[in-house]
Amino acid sequence: MSGAEKIAVTVTDIVPLNDLVTRFEFKRTDGGLLPTFSGGAHTVVEMRDTSNGGDITRMNPYSLMSDPMDQSAYTISVRRDDEGRGGSLFMHNNVKVGDQMVVSNPVNLFSLDLLAKKHLFLAGGIGITPFLAQIKQLERFNGNWELHYACRNAALGSYVDELTDHYPNATHVYYDDNDQRIDLVNLLDGQPLGTHIYVCGPKGMIDWVRKTAAGEGWPRESIHYEEFLAPQSGKPFEVKLAVSNIVIQVGEQESLLEAIERAGVDAPYLCRGGACGQCETQVIDYTGNFIHRDHWLDDAEHASGDKIMPCVSRFEGKVLVLDR
Amino acid sequence: MTIQFNDETFRDDYSFKNSDWAIKRFPFPFHEDSYMYSVNMEQHRGGPDGSIYEKRFDVDEHYVSEMRDRAMVLADDPLRCQSLPHMTLAGWDLLELIMVSKSEDYPDLFELHRNGDKWRWVNKPMGIDDSFTFLDEATLPYGPMEYITRQTQGDFCVLDQRDDNLWMDAGMITTQADWSLDFDIGMNFFEWHAPVPLAHEKGIFVRALKFLLSIQQGAPARRLNWTMTVNPLLDTSPENYHKWGIQKTSVTPENIGAKQHLRVELQTFFRLPRSNALVFPIRCYLCCFDDLMSVPKWGRRLHRVIRDLPEELATYKGFIDNRPMMLDYLSAFDDGQPTSMGIWPDRDTEPPLKT
Repeated sequence: MSGAEKIAVTVTDIVPLNDLVTRFEFKRTDGGLLPTFSGGAHTVVEMRDTSNGGDITRMNPYSLMSDPMDQSAYTISVRRDDEGRGGSLFMHNNVKVGDQMVVSNPVNLFSLDLLAKKHLFLAGGIGITPFLAQIKQLERFNGNWELHYACRNAALGSYVDELTDHYPNATHVYYDDNDQRIDLVNLLDGQPLGTHIYVCGPKGMIDWVRKTAAGEGWPRESIHYEEFLAPQSGKPFEVKLAVSNIVIQVGEQESLLEAIERAGVDAPYLCRGGACGQCETQVIDYTGNFIHRDHWLDDAEHASGDKIMPCVSRFEGKVLVLDR
Repeated sequence: MTIQFNDETFRDDYSFKNSDWAIKRFPFPFHEDSYMYSVNMEQHRGGPDGSIYEKRFDVDEHYVSEMRDRAMVLADDPLRCQSLPHMTLAGWDLLELIMVSKSEDYPDLFELHRNGDKWRWVNKPMGIDDSFTFLDEATLPYGPMEYITRQTQGDFCVLDQRDDNLWMDAGMITTQADWSLDFDIGMNFFEWHAPVPLAHEKGIFVRALKFLLSIQQGAPARRLNWTMTVNPLLDTSPENYHKWGIQKTSVTPENIGAKQHLRVELQTFFRLPRSNALVFPIRCYLCCFDDLMSVPKWGRRLHRVIRDLPEELATYKGFIDNRPMMLDYLSAFDDGQPTSMGIWPDRDTEPPLKT
């Protein structure tokens, strides 16, 4: 069985926060306690979609935003992606209070570095969610943190009010529509020694923060980031799985990993968002071009044609043979 | 099941002994007639009834005496237990994991009563009944890691995970196979494994680290490791080498069966939820050659493994000088018959020794 351990849960609360973001609360269906977790952890939510006579299971990672100490319920916030393959739309449109769903045990790929003297959080949009859990964890132990949160405008600023109410001195909010920008170079310049930077948000923001901090001389191990990618649709393609000795078709709306699973082949995974490295798969032969989208392999590995991350990457061409 | 705890020593007069029950469940580490390093990991989710794999933290007849020996080691050398300041939360994680596991797995021996943060822990074999506030160190007589590992068999490495590596940032190490926590504290995975021969070249540690970094909550793993120890010593530390190293020269053809012990480590790995650290318990089981030879399959196999082991490994494991004497002894228990695969004794199916 691949992926983290699964937990049967019931949807106990759904709260629309604004035009784009809705919060979901899950409790264990058997009434028991959920595992504790560390701030920054995510859970993979299984969405079984039987609408329109189909039967598709999507599995998307979402950061846990509830208090890591609270074992009674998990909460996540889901931003609606009208352009995506439908996972977030399914959550927004189909999921109702009382529905039974399956989530994974928490997995943390964006952990706090507990050696840090100070934690500097940089959030963009829905990237605020892992920080909500990390802030609760740090508050429990009197940790030193500061949040800089950029969002489009006040109407779309999820959790801005509660953050500024509870932590007025540690929370700094920037609205794009008001031309407010994080003054990153100055912000970094003023940090005490031993500060760690954590950034979660759109790819452009992550790249900007990593590049700026590196340019200012920050050590690589003091900069932490997390961006989950959603698989993207693309042209259908055919793949031979050499170990299983079968040929499968990857449809326009499904990922390579989903197609492998649909064929009944157990393939390893954890995050399903191109970050954790678990689904790394050896390429045995190919004629065509890879569409690599993961954060795991480096540029040289992408160019080599030896490996693919089937959770988010695709292929266009005649022949693709995988060691699976 | 009620366990009869032995009153025994692991030093001086060495009154340690294994009952028939303990011999039968001894974790013989060789699944075939030869040995080489491998990342021989499997999921740690129970095992055959009564086996050392059955419970998350195995408790056996040596429990009370082992804890007494640990207390003596710590009294002589407090640096055997260390926890860097950022590891306190991981210590609480470990305390919670062990208390929950033991109270569920051995309800007749251990009780955990929780009312919010107010916890009461009852350890009947050791006569402990303590109430404390979870996550408040001031309410325990030791730090959380030290408190619970003074009551749990096996050494404990608590590894911080950061920068795609594991760091030896806390531990309770009193039953070790010749390595030092005080030397390794703060080292990363490759640094503390630097002395191991052959395995680096085989890429073992790169693969092992990748595996360990991805161990997830609720999915612990395990493997066996082994070495040799003369006399049933738990504390074979570098700090005390001057005391136990010399004992390796006390082995004679007459006493080797009683003095020479196979030392097996059950190594398990658990992700700790609140800290995202990893705990690596290393549980030591000792069995003398005479007792091992009561199982025909183990007699045949141990002879073949020790005979064919590469010199580097026999040197690293510290028995190269005594190997000829071991082989003289062991060869009498190898009649050349084939052995069944796997580590289990198979007493009902393996033929007795041909004499």
